[in-house]
Amino acid sequence: MKRKMRSVRTWGPGLLLVSPSILLIGFFVYGLIGWSANISLTNQNSRFERAPGTAADAHIGLSNYTTLFGSPDFIQSLKHLGILAAVYIIGALFFGMLWALLLEKGVRAEGLFRTVYLFPMAVSMFASGVVWSWLLNSDTGAGASGLNQLFEMAGLGFLKNQWWVSSPTWGIAAIAMPAIWQLSGYIMALFLAGFRGIPGDLREAARIDGASEFQLYRHVLFPQLSPIALSALIILGHMSLKMFDIIMAISGEKNVYSSVPMVTMWTLTGQQDFARAAAVAIILLVLVAFLVVPYLFHTSRQERNS
Amino acid sequence: MTRVRRKVAVVLAVTAVMAVSACSSSGTGTTSATSGGTTAKNVEVFTWWAAGGEKAGLDGMISVFKKDCSQYSFTNAAVAGGGGDKAKTLLANNLKAGNAPSSFQAHAGGELSDYIANDQVEDITSLFKEAGLDNAFPKDLVDQITVAGKIYSVPADVHRANVVWVNPLVLKKAKLDPTKAPATVKDWIADLAKLKAAGVATPLVLSKGFAEEMLLESTLLGDLGVDKFNGLFDGSTKWDGADVTAALGNFKTLVSYSNTDRETMDWDAALSKYLLPSDPATATGGYQLMGDWVPAQILSLKMPDSAYTYWPAPGTDGVYQWLSDSFTLPKGGTNPEGAKCWLKVVGSAAGQKAFNMVKGSIPARSDATSEGYPKYQQWAMAQWKKAKLAPSLAHGSAGPGAWNNDVQTAMSAFSANPDVATLQKTLVAAAAKYANWRSTLG
Repeated sequence: MKRKMRSVRTWGPGLLLVSPSILLIGFFVYGLIGWSANISLTNQNSRFERAPGTAADAHIGLSNYTTLFGSPDFIQSLKHLGILAAVYIIGALFFGMLWALLLEKGVRAEGLFRTVYLFPMAVSMFASGVVWSWLLNSDTGAGASGLNQLFEMAGLGFLKNQWWVSSPTWGIAAIAMPAIWQLSGYIMALFLAGFRGIPGDLREAARIDGASEFQLYRHVLFPQLSPIALSALIILGHMSLKMFDIIMAISGEKNVYSSVPMVTMWTLTGQQDFARAAAVAIILLVLVAFLVVPYLFHTSRQERNS
Repeated sequence: MTRVRRKVAVVLAVTAVMAVSACSSSGTGTTSATSGGTTAKNVEVFTWWAAGGEKAGLDGMISVFKKDCSQYSFTNAAVAGGGGDKAKTLLANNLKAGNAPSSFQAHAGGELSDYIANDQVEDITSLFKEAGLDNAFPKDLVDQITVAGKIYSVPADVHRANVVWVNPLVLKKAKLDPTKAPATVKDWIADLAKLKAAGVATPLVLSKGFAEEMLLESTLLGDLGVDKFNGLFDGSTKWDGADVTAALGNFKTLVSYSNTDRETMDWDAALSKYLLPSDPATATGGYQLMGDWVPAQILSLKMPDSAYTYWPAPGTDGVYQWLSDSFTLPKGGTNPEGAKCWLKVVGSAAGQKAFNMVKGSIPARSDATSEGYPKYQQWAMAQWKKAKLAPSLAHGSAGPGAWNNDVQTAMSAFSANPDVATLQKTLVAAAAKYANWRSTLG
């Protein structure tokens, strides 16, 4: 009895402290996920998608999912998502790493450069999307504007292209550009923090052992950055899946060049097709989970081991 | 050492994820009125008229309401955002949550079908008759907003979709008369060819989304004639017919005379770049098909009336392809009695005058006098009184919003790959789903 009391004293206050957040997250995150999942299994579609005479809230199994995966438009939007995510992740990692390396090598006015590179992140995604929609004007003729005009003026006319409207499948890669521009600085900050966290005696030791500059980075510094790289990958990955404002600002909805599930979800909600919109949301959630859950397992196992 | 670093990395990642998701969820539309409907006397009206001439027009109508319905107070629940897409999605969510305003703005005609289908709006046929609106509006209009014998909204204004805006300076280069519309779509194509031959780079100015859809619709209207065109939206005209194929062929030719950056700009940007740039000598566009909200835009660019001419799209003279903003009586809305008073103001001669004079549209009532209106509106009001009416899918009067979404997506696909057979197949598939929308709701 006494021992029981004592153990309640041990974990009780802690539980009391976290219980509000457990309750809130339990309802507002997991409860609502469950609610969405439930809606996605019902008949709450637009009236024109529904068999006549069926009730709006009847459960119809996975039929909303089979319709989505049977639609070439939705498959196309998943392909777009894959291309967008790949270009965005690789691009942002590359530029973030490059800038971090340059700053890490020690430049004058590092603070200034850091601010310059980080600054795009302070701009609202939608605002930068509006500006990029002008930059990515697809006119390649004499009256070209935006980036094409810049190419023209720099004597690089052969680089002029139609950007995101150049191909209904691959054009979406151009929309990754503004996102890369916006997030690279943040990735740079992550890597820079990683470099700074590596103690100086490790570098010294490597140099004393006769490591070249390349070997130093390849075998001593980069391996220590791998947890940071993993975090960056997860952040970029889930952001690319949820990208919405930039796409809406540049191309808008209802077009074949830039359809991604997030935009489809918005369009479906607008036409009161709530069940299918919920199904798209659940599909997106599963995609994000594919990315995040293995990572969580990985880190928790590592923590247990060490 | 490494353990600490790993933990730091994890914490970094988690906080970043949280910060980022907090950012991404805050970007959606917000409503300016949250406390509306708390008192029984209050009338809360939801619109997407939050700026410019639209807001001024709404304010005019509100002042009439304050006089005629002085027993009620008014809450203006306007949501900003171009074209109302944002507002419509927010409204759909509010209605779904059982949180309806006293009255909300919606395009009259087919676009209401979503609300009718989900049992979210009241039948107001009796209010319509009581206020004498069935005789005040043109009979064609009353017919086209009636669904299975019932009326669900009161039109506040009328805009016209099938208008071509012309730059006379550019047309001079090919010695074309800017005041005279070509009689048919074919004649228009011949004129476009002449302009091209005279060195005009983009004879036809086109922009993304609904602008392409409007060009498609006016080509169909010009080629098929008003009766067959109207039949496209009730199932009596087949979308796979040879006459539709021929019209789509003309549409393809028209698109081929347009600017290549049409997919990356909106109509107002295209107008400023090609049709009426600030330096008139640099204009490279001859024609632009767009609704009659263009004069207000040109006025805001501080260009004189003489800078442009206009006529009905070729082959559509005598036909008014209309679209209309209207107000509804939602089921379960706050203060339905007050809302009815608002709807009567919306339909009244005084309310329509106060609204349309400043918004740039015309009253839906056929008894309105054009005195005091700007030049374009006077012409439009004269046309409205004698024209046959055709609805517009792009602007919600012809069919459900989902149909419009399908056709707009098909437009961007056509812009990427201008293949008439593919386009027609998509249009036929969309019509199969939605063309019987009236009977589905009956």
